[in-house]
Amino acid sequence: MAMIDDNSKTQIKNVFGQMKETVNVIIVTKKEHCDTCEDTVNFITEITDLSEKLTLEVINETDDKAKTLNVEMAPAIILLGADGKDYGIKFYGIPAGHEINSFIMGILEVSGTGETLSDNLMKRINGISKPVDIKVFVTLGCPHCPGAVAKAHKIALLNENVHAEMIEANIFGEVAQKYNVSSVPKIVFNDGSELIGDQPIEAFLSTIETLS
Amino acid sequence: MGFELNLNLGTAKSRKVETGIIYDTLIVGGGPAGLNAALYAKRKGLNVGVITEKVGGQVLNTYLVENYLGYKSITGEELMAKFEEHVKEYDVPVTTEEKVVRILNNEYKEIHTSNGNVYLAKTVILASGTIPRMLDVPGEKEFYSKGVSYCAICDGSLYQQGVVIVAGGGNSAVGTAIDMARIAKKVKLVHRSEFRADKILLDKLYALTNVEIFLQTKIEEIQGKSRMTNIVALDKKTNKHIVIEAEGIFIEIGHIPKTECLHGMIDLDDKGEIIVNSKAETNIPGIYAAGDVAQGEYKQIIISAAEGAKAALSANEYINEGKH
Ligand SMILES: Cc1cc2nc3c(=O)[nH]c(=O)nc-3n(C[C@H](O)[C@H](O)[C@H](O)COP(=O)(O)OP(=O)(O)OC[C@H]3O[C@@H](n4cnc5c(N)ncnc54)[C@H](O)[C@@H]3O)c2cc1C
Repeated sequence: MAMIDDNSKTQIKNVFGQMKETVNVIIVTKKEHCDTCEDTVNFITEITDLSEKLTLEVINETDDKAKTLNVEMAPAIILLGADGKDYGIKFYGIPAGHEINSFIMGILEVSGTGETLSDNLMKRINGISKPVDIKVFVTLGCPHCPGAVAKAHKIALLNENVHAEMIEANIFGEVAQKYNVSSVPKIVFNDGSELIGDQPIEAFLSTIETLS
Repeated sequence: MGFELNLNLGTAKSRKVETGIIYDTLIVGGGPAGLNAALYAKRKGLNVGVITEKVGGQVLNTYLVENYLGYKSITGEELMAKFEEHVKEYDVPVTTEEKVVRILNNEYKEIHTSNGNVYLAKTVILASGTIPRMLDVPGEKEFYSKGVSYCAICDGSLYQQGVVIVAGGGNSAVGTAIDMARIAKKVKLVHRSEFRADKILLDKLYALTNVEIFLQTKIEEIQGKSRMTNIVALDKKTNKHIVIEAEGIFIEIGHIPKTECLHGMIDLDDKGEIIVNSKAETNIPGIYAAGDVAQGEYKQIIISAAEGAKAALSANEYINEGKH
């Protein structure tokens, strides 16, 4: 049965009309102990079917490609640019619920139709010279989470030193527990500094700038 | 498995409010009051813009809305997406992710934001809504995001099979307790006096077997180590302190008006709400207030939206009469 109704499909299709370049969507699954892998593949397939500018490849966690893409858990979704360029943009878990919005936004950004930021913000993002890993813990019922995910992904897109991932805290309960997640969105930088809530992009940058 | 589509992603891309232009009306806040004010102002031909941290306001924090006329049952997000879409049809500039930090009443009204921008307008409509009220007890700040939460639809699912407290006795608290009873093993509803919630909700609550109710119980402290472990409360019936254990607490004890950007320039009542007359006028000519931030008994989406309309019509009259 289709997960996405026709009306929503039409709306998403219209939005995808803005896409400039092709985006290659990679789903990483694993054979055992993955309750959500199948749903993830089905859900994402319904979305990627909505534009000719979207390709889909499903690979296994043990494949070399998964290793090159630094995939740590499954299910994972990675958005690659037209030439297969890896911007370090990942979704761990199924981007359903409210996260469908950050997923669609991620596709648009990678395809080159993103929002332009002010010169000042661009200067700060370009100035990030050390490796930064941003984990954004979300739940699917959280309306404030997609905004935080989109900002982390945006910074990753614009600076190759930055990697950013959404992590769905219910599917990856153990990871969430390790990072003591009890409010979302929880944003963790380089496994240390933290922000709670859908903070402005300036707050992301200020936190990054204070990382040692 | 469901999803919550909101393709107004483009807020990012829609027109923004500009500095260096003198608007007829600028609206602070993009919840129901602010968005409806924008619609009405624009349809009156005013040059209008909205400045808001987020579009959608508090409605985003609610799962289902079942009392907005015309929609039997709609998610908060969907309803606000419809509001936003309606306003965007009219090409109203909406600036998001900017916080208004100061408003000055000089030759024009000046709106200063956290990004250092200054926007100018002949009239201003304040529709900044409210923020959750805190218990104001020791441990509340310390354990925020370590068990203390003000957003049940965000964080509720993190307590599968857990034990949680819901603080409060109004509709929001009782609604949250009912929702959490489906997720958690045990819900403890703690309220300092008697219930104020609607009967329809209380009936649902009483039917649940995994909810324990503590009325006349005043929370005095939240305790824990790396995360909260319990609260200490005063049982007013016995006048004894009790310890109630839980992994999380959802605080739903009402809201307080968001008026800090006014720095005392506008008259507030003893609840901190902006004093308005029947035309939504404040004590400063050309500045209006609408929705939850304005004085008024009932805080609802339809009421806020209606007040937004009223404020916009008043602003229009002010401009037409050449009062600026
Ligand atoms: C959990 C919950 C459930 C609810 N359920 C219902 C329901 O079922 N039905 C119903 O009718 N009502 C419900 N309500 C009440 C309803 O949500 C409010 O009455 C309504 O949202 C008020 O609208 P508003 O526009 O006045 O303010 P808000 O919705 O609070 O919007 C204010 C906006 O202003 C912005 N803002 C604030 N300060 C600034 C600043 N300094 N600078 C820039 N922007 C700023 C905010 O980002 C926000 O977008 C519920 C409320 C809650 C919390």
